Amino acid sequence: MPRQTTKSIYWQGVRDGAPFILVIVPFSVLFGVVATEAGLNVLETMGFSVLVIAGAAQFTALQLLSDGAPTAIALISALAVNLRMAMYSASLTPYIGGASLGQRALAAYFTVDQSYACAIVKFEANPGWSIPQRLSYFFGVVTAICPLWYVFTLVGALVGTSIPQGLALDFALPITFLAMIAPMLRTPAHLAAAFVSVTMSLIFAFLPYNLGLLIAGVAGMMVGAQVEVTRERRIAPPTGDAS
Amino acid sequence: MIDKTSLWIVIILLGLGSFGLRFVFTGLIGDRPLPAWMLRHLRYTAVAVLPGLVAPLVVWPAATDGTLDAPRMAAALMTLAVGYFTRNVILAIVLGALTLYGGLALLG
Repeated sequence: MPRQTTKSIYWQGVRDGAPFILVIVPFSVLFGVVATEAGLNVLETMGFSVLVIAGAAQFTALQLLSDGAPTAIALISALAVNLRMAMYSASLTPYIGGASLGQRALAAYFTVDQSYACAIVKFEANPGWSIPQRLSYFFGVVTAICPLWYVFTLVGALVGTSIPQGLALDFALPITFLAMIAPMLRTPAHLAAAFVSVTMSLIFAFLPYNLGLLIAGVAGMMVGAQVEVTRERRIAPPTGDAS
Repeated sequence: MIDKTSLWIVIILLGLGSFGLRFVFTGLIGDRPLPAWMLRHLRYTAVAVLPGLVAPLVVWPAATDGTLDAPRMAAALMTLAVGYFTRNVILAIVLGALTLYGGLALLG
């Protein structure tokens, strides 16, 4: 196998990121439209997409602000939705923790579901990659998707309400998320966490300010972790030492 | 109408906070090891938060004023099933969208 150049690895990232254009374009158009409908001007809408660059958190904050929730609740709920970014950060640390501070900061800004998902799969499959090669791949994926996030937020903000109702774009959000979630359900622990999350969020949907989602999230994480511990004990019972 | 001051407070603090969450481990922890219990919980953050976010949107869609809607429910189940069995995000989206439009054309 020929030695991969850093440049070819970058283009590999671009190619692997390309299919996510199908996710990013409708999602960012939708955000632009929804934000405009909520009364935001173009600058405010773009401020969200450029500074926050996280679809679900943007939708959450916008929804809660539109509902008249207190500022702190909107902020905390949206940050809760983005808590998974800390997990992505933790998971990427062994691979790019040795990069320069500036590079790590830039990678952090561009850490989204798609760039993380592509990168972690390739980093695990190519343990021989150097840190510059890993960063090249990561920024290749980013090149394919993140500029489109900005551009199509702008398109959505400009076309605004002229998108026909018949397109049922309201459901692009659930579909893209469900499509992203389903392949993550790899183990009984993941399935249990997701099941508890769905159940709790429906039971506690009556709570104001998205607090039900916080309960669902914490409960799901605890159940997932607990199922993992239980299964590990069953598969590999603790040896000799009394622990 | 959203108050402009609260709006910009949320945009800026959410931007800073999101960056903080994305940077907290790569930036500040570096290559020091994390406690196992924390990693174990963090592994399930995505599957614990995202399904809870989507579930009410599927069961009570805003487009139908919160009443259960057969085409949207069918589309959600199709997306979930295709994504789960094929692990193919794009295929799941395409078949989910086709189910939605097919269902809306038939029943809408």
